[in-house]
Amino acid sequence: MFRRLHDAAGERVPFTVDGRAAEALAGDTVAAALLANGITVCRNTPVSGAPRSPYCMMGVCFDCLVTIDDVGNRQGCQVRVAPGMRIETQDGKREIDR
Amino acid sequence: MSDVKTSYDLAVIGAGPAGLAAATLAARQGISTVLLDEQPAPGGQIYRSVTETPVRDPKVLGPDYWHGAGLVKPFQESGADYLPGTTVWSVSRNLEIGLSREGAARILPAKHIILATGALERPFAVPGWTLPGVMGAGAAQVLLKSSGLVATGNVVLAGTGPLLWLLAWQYLRAGAEITAVLDTTPRANWRQAMPHMTGFVRSCYIGKGLKLLLDVRRKVKVIGNVTALRAEGDGQVRSVVYRQGNGAEQRLPAETLLLHQGVIPNLNLANAIGCAQSWDDAQRCWTPQTDGWGATTVEGVSLAGDGAGIGGALSAEHQGRLTALDALHRLGRIDRQQRDRDAAPHREALEKARQGRVFLDTLYKPAQDFRVPSDDTIVCRCEEVTAAQVRDAVKLGCSGPNQAKSFLRCGMGPCQGRLCGPTVTEVIADARGVSPAEVGYYRLRPPVKPITLAELASLPKREDEIDAVLHH
Amino acid sequence: MSAEQRSDYDVAVVGGGLVGSATAWGLARLGQKVAILDEGDVAVRPSRGNFALVWVQGKGLGMPEYGAWTRRSSDSWGELASLLRDQTGIDVCFERPGGFMPALSEAELEDRANQLKRLHNQQAMLRYDYEIMDRAAVAKEMPFIGPDVAGASYCPLDGHCNSLKLFRAFHTGLNRFGAAYLPNRRVESIEHRDGGFRLTTVGGGEVRAGRIVLAAGHDSARLAPMVGLSAPVRPERGHVIVTEKTAPFLKFPVGYIRQTDEGGVMIGDSFEDAGFDTTVRPGVTSTIAERAVRVFPLLGKLNVVRTWAALRVLSPDGFPIYEQSVTMPGAFVATCHSGVTLAANHALALAPHIAAGKLPEEFDVFSARRFDVPKAA
Ligand SMILES: Cc1cc2nc3c(=O)[nH]c(=O)nc-3n(C[C@H](O)[C@H](O)[C@H](O)COP(=O)(O)OP(=O)(O)OC[C@H]3O[C@@H](n4cnc5c(N)ncnc54)[C@H](O)[C@@H]3O)c2cc1C
Ligand code: FES
Repeated sequence: MFRRLHDAAGERVPFTVDGRAAEALAGDTVAAALLANGITVCRNTPVSGAPRSPYCMMGVCFDCLVTIDDVGNRQGCQVRVAPGMRIETQDGKREIDR
Repeated sequence: MSDVKTSYDLAVIGAGPAGLAAATLAARQGISTVLLDEQPAPGGQIYRSVTETPVRDPKVLGPDYWHGAGLVKPFQESGADYLPGTTVWSVSRNLEIGLSREGAARILPAKHIILATGALERPFAVPGWTLPGVMGAGAAQVLLKSSGLVATGNVVLAGTGPLLWLLAWQYLRAGAEITAVLDTTPRANWRQAMPHMTGFVRSCYIGKGLKLLLDVRRKVKVIGNVTALRAEGDGQVRSVVYRQGNGAEQRLPAETLLLHQGVIPNLNLANAIGCAQSWDDAQRCWTPQTDGWGATTVEGVSLAGDGAGIGGALSAEHQGRLTALDALHRLGRIDRQQRDRDAAPHREALEKARQGRVFLDTLYKPAQDFRVPSDDTIVCRCEEVTAAQVRDAVKLGCSGPNQAKSFLRCGMGPCQGRLCGPTVTEVIADARGVSPAEVGYYRLRPPVKPITLAELASLPKREDEIDAVLHH
Repeated sequence: MSAEQRSDYDVAVVGGGLVGSATAWGLARLGQKVAILDEGDVAVRPSRGNFALVWVQGKGLGMPEYGAWTRRSSDSWGELASLLRDQTGIDVCFERPGGFMPALSEAELEDRANQLKRLHNQQAMLRYDYEIMDRAAVAKEMPFIGPDVAGASYCPLDGHCNSLKLFRAFHTGLNRFGAAYLPNRRVESIEHRDGGFRLTTVGGGEVRAGRIVLAAGHDSARLAPMVGLSAPVRPERGHVIVTEKTAPFLKFPVGYIRQTDEGGVMIGDSFEDAGFDTTVRPGVTSTIAERAVRVFPLLGKLNVVRTWAALRVLSPDGFPIYEQSVTMPGAFVATCHSGVTLAANHALALAPHIAAGKLPEEFDVFSARRFDVPKAA
């Protein structure tokens, strides 16, 4: 679990994760916003189905893949949360049409 | 900042200290310069979010971090164009950059290219390192710098290297709690590092480094001489099991395990361009070959910063300037004499910044057992390939990572071998009883970062390229 | 003591790609003592870069015997797959759902129809079922085709497999049969002595064998003349794109598009004369991508995770070369560009002849003598 430092300041950004309302701090990446909201597991792998959480936070490991606004397999640590963004955790392989 | 031009004299890829310094120097000389970076803001890894971090108290991240602000400002005033949020997925031999920005791909030609793509954390493959809750210490640092987030509950740091201690120190400054630091630095390293002590004593590292170490040791339980490590838990890390020396297994509760054993050059782009690389036995990693000016074996492509071999942020900055001077010379903007004259102070600064590096490299060289993991360890996170499978492939006659890739799919996933390449090379070398240099590394191809098929389809095509597909 | 008894191996197969591995596996299975001499980790090895189709449709125009040979391999592919599974536990994921070849215009569809007609009108052609389907018929099987698809040809004999698993299965199987796989042993020269062969490998090593099979792909061109054979092959570059793993959506191989058992979509391909240069050209991959998106627009959203360029081994007429040396009868050459499709034949049909020491007459059409142009009178 992660917590925000007391003096960390900035605008609040509303978004949804798997349909539930949540809030990020302006500047958060999707991966950071999920961790800040207590969501550690962002996907299950397409190979064995094992759960994964972000590992590198710098775009190299691809463990932070999530569906963002209906587009699958996006690197959560490389995309900033925008107001109203719809984020979904992923289960295995992405679908062709989203 | 201004819109993108259709081509540039100089393109710099990576906005860390190396890239910022290079682009600033070049643009000030009046050549058209663009700086491209994946991140939304300048700073690279060390100065990540330095212009916008929500961490207000400057004591938390420390003065070395804030030094980065002093690189960003001159860059912004230099006249260079800046493309944040831009992923470079290919550079061709004729110096055309394939980039992707806001979901659209395009080709940007340049006359000279400086790669300043930095470093990534060396893979630390131990059993359980794929469990949720286990992440790189560098990753935790990114969360702190760009979002003001710290881990809570039982937090264990494990590994070796300056960055591990730096993170511990920053966490303490931020008021976060650390259950323990498991130090995997091999005992024998101290003995081997001692002869290099003099360089270190003269370096800028010693004062800062010692203070930081003492600070951390005063406040956190440090468990030294850790020789074995694994994470356990069901769907989430719950505990860390370790061994000290030859002692019995011990267990610590942990909801977050932060691993680190140094950084290595991020060489995928250089490798895919075709830059020759060699095995660096001291740093135990592959490094693209460069000359004293950062020039690679590919005409028109140079490298600066940690991507050319780990030297740290200050070295990266000075190297960036040297590489930029050489680029100016190659572009015909300054003659050789001027290049050499202008380079002198930067060279001197670089030498100074490099002092003590050998000591650190020797001291923090990760143990064999943490570079060549046990059979049950996943080495390729993407395709979930274990060390045992790699060893079995060697038994079938597989002699290097490329053959292993076709046997096992290791390195075929989206990370393109970044998280398994060094381990696979070392496991094969160990199993064959030869040096990693002989075993080799993955041969990489563009795109080095995924782009969508639609983006790829949208790129310009020449007549003969179309014919090669449609009219043969 | 005969020469063969003094040899280290009954047969030395030069080349550990798909042709060499399949043939060697077939030989080892018959109890032959086999060695495979191969290059190192980085080699021009199309076996690692192929498209994994087991494809019949359209093959054999200009050489009906090749059509028949292909058909035969396709028919015994199921047997090969189960032999490999029984021996190694590896499922090479062979499927034969039939394959589509899409046409992106009426003209292209008509061309295709004419070509298949001409193929089947050849004397000695072993005829098989195929169908020319219009857009509506194709859409019934694959509703997600793009608006540009005019139709497709379909042949129920076409299929695909996982060629990397195939490669691994052969190597695992060879190991179980006790064959010796010798990597980093590029063959420099071959001598014929006392009825056997002496192969000198890089670094001065030596291997002796009673018989040899040249399956060294491009390098067979250099080696063949050393044993009274010829293999005038040249490289032809082909690009391939692979996407990220995607939930299954495509049941059939569609010519240059197929979904693998692991979920990735493979997209091909190109045909270029580029020597031994395997540099990937973005313009070529872009053309390949554009065509694929026209066939299935949904593909556009998928991320490309890898592209590569591999070199096909091509004879002057594109058909395989199988031949036994007249002057040194223990030497054979085998080379072709469809090593996946023909793997079943190499393992189950060609290997037994080599084990017996004689290629029968039916192989005469595949001899490289067909390229000997008579000197103008
Ligand atoms: C996670 C992490 C944390 C670190 N923290 C510290 C620290 O706190 N203190 C310290 O002294 N050292 C730290 N280091 C080491 C430090 O990063 C380096 O010494 C220093 O940053 C090197 O500078 P650079 O300019 O070479 O590369 P970097 O600072 O790494 O900059 C490289 C830049 O290139 C970009 N990039 C890479 N590939 C592409 C591409 N294909 N397309 C577009 N952009 C690309 C990256 O996004 C990045 O912004 C850290 C290293 C890592 C990996
Ligand atoms: S966390 Fe590693 S790529 Fe995002």
